[in-house]
Amino acid sequence: MSGTAALETRGLHKNFGALQVARGIDFRLERGARCALIGPNGAGKTSFVNLLTGALRPSAGSVLLHGEEVTRLSQSERARRGIARTFQINQLFRGLTVLDNVCLAVGERTGACNNLWRAAGARRETADEAVALLEALRLQEDALRPVSELAYGRQRLVEIAIALGQRPKVLLLDEPAAGVPSAESHIILDVIESLPQDIAVLIIEHDMDVVFRFARSITVLVAGAVLMQGTPQEVAADERVRTLYLGEQAHG
Amino acid sequence: MARSERASGAAAAEFLLKRHTLRPAEALPWLIGIGAYFAFPDYMALGTQILIGVMFALSLDLVLGYAGIVTLGHAAFFGTGAYAAALLAARLGWSEPLSGLAFAGVCAALAGFVSGWVLLRYRGLTLLMLTLATAIMLYELGNARADITGGYDGVTGITIKPLFGRFDYDLYGHTYYLYALAVLFVLFVVARRIVYSPFGQALVGIRENLRRMEAIGSPVHRRLVAIYTIAAAMAGVAGGLYAQSNAFVTLSALGFERSASVLVMLILGGTGRLYGAFLGAAIYMLLEDSLAKLSPEFWEFGVGLVLVLTVLFARGGLLGLLERAARRARGLWR
Amino acid sequence: MSLEHILSIGAGILLDGLAYGMVLFIVSVGLSVTMGLMGFANLAHGAFAMAGGYVTVSMMSALGVPFELALVCAFVLVGAASVPFERLLYARLYRAGELDQVLLTIGLVFMTIAAFTYAYGPAPQAIRVPRYLSGSVDFGFRTFAAYRLFMVLVGALMMGALWYGFERTSLGARIRAAVDNRRMAQSIGIDVDRLFTLTFALGSGLAALGGGLAVNLTGLTPTFAIQYLVFFLIVVAVGGAGSIKGTVLAALVLGVTDNAGKYLFPAGGAFFIYAATIALLLAKPAGLYGKE
Repeated sequence: MSGTAALETRGLHKNFGALQVARGIDFRLERGARCALIGPNGAGKTSFVNLLTGALRPSAGSVLLHGEEVTRLSQSERARRGIARTFQINQLFRGLTVLDNVCLAVGERTGACNNLWRAAGARRETADEAVALLEALRLQEDALRPVSELAYGRQRLVEIAIALGQRPKVLLLDEPAAGVPSAESHIILDVIESLPQDIAVLIIEHDMDVVFRFARSITVLVAGAVLMQGTPQEVAADERVRTLYLGEQAHG
Repeated sequence: MARSERASGAAAAEFLLKRHTLRPAEALPWLIGIGAYFAFPDYMALGTQILIGVMFALSLDLVLGYAGIVTLGHAAFFGTGAYAAALLAARLGWSEPLSGLAFAGVCAALAGFVSGWVLLRYRGLTLLMLTLATAIMLYELGNARADITGGYDGVTGITIKPLFGRFDYDLYGHTYYLYALAVLFVLFVVARRIVYSPFGQALVGIRENLRRMEAIGSPVHRRLVAIYTIAAAMAGVAGGLYAQSNAFVTLSALGFERSASVLVMLILGGTGRLYGAFLGAAIYMLLEDSLAKLSPEFWEFGVGLVLVLTVLFARGGLLGLLERAARRARGLWR
Repeated sequence: MSLEHILSIGAGILLDGLAYGMVLFIVSVGLSVTMGLMGFANLAHGAFAMAGGYVTVSMMSALGVPFELALVCAFVLVGAASVPFERLLYARLYRAGELDQVLLTIGLVFMTIAAFTYAYGPAPQAIRVPRYLSGSVDFGFRTFAAYRLFMVLVGALMMGALWYGFERTSLGARIRAAVDNRRMAQSIGIDVDRLFTLTFALGSGLAALGGGLAVNLTGLTPTFAIQYLVFFLIVVAVGGAGSIKGTVLAALVLGVTDNAGKYLFPAGGAFFIYAATIALLLAKPAGLYGKE
């Protein structure tokens, strides 16, 4: 637990009028972490991710990326510094091909998209890197199909591919397997498990099997505040968590 | 990985790399343009105005068709360019045509950059209103400073020196037609390069899913301001040519009717396809020339009706319909 | 210029401005509510106002209907006529982007303008308002045009009626709920589609009423639909879509400012309105009372 965290928040507050979605959240995500964020519905998990990425500005507190203060930076500025996320509901470029979707992420990262004179096709690097990424996720057969034609589970993979195209140091996955038929969800979970070890990953999840399979640390969020943070065993054993959250599952 | 899997990945990359190559059909508009010069020598004045319309619609396609910026005030840049070229020739006595066009383009680009920087932080209805209000404000400013703009009567007395000092302007507009065709060619080459570049792809990404683009680190505002400025410059060049070829400009160059008609032209032809500007502008202006004189009411009614039908049934415009037909024909062929 | 003189001119500008503002309010309120409710950019709203003007004039000249009744007829007829448009055309584009909505409604405006030009000709329509409204009323320090006073009165009554309708009736409550949060309103059983058709019809009817009132103030030609469209849009954008309070404020301020601008700077006084609109929208993109 020493050294600079990959991602950190200090005293993060956010309220919409009287509604408090984040109350003084102190959070650390270490390099190479595999952390899960759990909590009941309405706990503010997605809002927290939005605060981390910059889609939401906090009312108070700060966000640090690799020890650098990024609270004032916009979403795209933070993304350029190494934060990537997936959305709970797919946010893809639906009319474009799978390959184009990933090329955009790669192109923006490498600065290729600043070029308005040379044809996109004149530079191989972007396309080659995108194809390699698709191959790693077994999506290359659909490379030229419009994303809208794919099955939902495969679309979800494209969502992850786009995030990976950014070569992030911090990856935030918002319910990656949500809405995916169970027959296809194992592919997504395999992909998550085989993510490079140097990326810090935070995953929002409801499915406890996924959480315990994947996470090395768990943060429990309730009503905008951190209830506890610890190893899966610690969290599973904690009384407050059992009654508040896991307890609901135990009683059906 | 199986050989077939690797092959499809490589094939996909190859397709991507070839996407920008010229297709034979792309020579068609230029062949028609040059052919018209020989086939319809009495209609060169109309032809020049059509070419100007294509330029204007092309600039709007970059902004609206590719970047997805909905604007009801694009004529502001056309008018700025027109007045810049007109005043340069009529009031300052500088009548060299090409530098006049360049001046028009620069003035319009400046207007585009300033207004774009401020306005393009907004979206949706707010942006629509802002672009409309900006264009109308410019119009009213022109009205107020009639000492500069000539107000209702406009700027007259524009004389232009022969092109390159050699090609003089005949009464039938032949020189102007070829001059406009050449300018359109240059502008088109620029537009085509932009559209097939990674920057152009980023614009499409912004249009398709703004949230996603921000999340992957795209500097959205910068990109939008860049294309807005370039498109403004193009519209300004079109306006400059309009001033030079007509030898006079009135406030109608800035008006809402002009913004609305270029929008109709582009929608009619098909947005986001570059060639939609050619098709839409040409057809619209040819029809307007013949029908609007017969009965202005029927023409206006027809334009409205076509607009409604296009939005409901043929969202991709004429080019979209042609594409659909071609796909079906190809399906039947097999 | 004596103080008395300045006050007198000021009062004249104020009344004229308020009268104009009232017309803007009556026409725009329907647009504001429908935009707040469905997020639909209806650029054809000015066409409904224009239709109301023509209906009013026609009923009076062709059928001898008295002015007040003609206004009511305009409200009812145009309101009813707007329903098929909403059901058959507008409803198809509720999920579409604002470009499609703008294009559809601009197309409808062109068709409407062309149709009315064909039917009535391009010349301004003459209207003969009843005797009691066509003179001036003497207030001692100056006289005021009776019609202007009438407009302010009608506007104030309309404001009261709308306030009552929105705040005190169950229909108003349902509309407010749906404007605030459409999905939530649907989940508690409000039939938002039917609500919208009703609101649309009322809004178009009001626009027609405003159009009828406007004939004697601004004149009526077939280009009315586009000419004044910008002002209706500005009122809604600046006031905030879906807010009656915002529409009132924006309409009255716009009416007075535009009038004052044109009086004090006859050439290009309109410039100030657009500059003010832009400045306001930059500061508050959702309008003064709009949802953020």
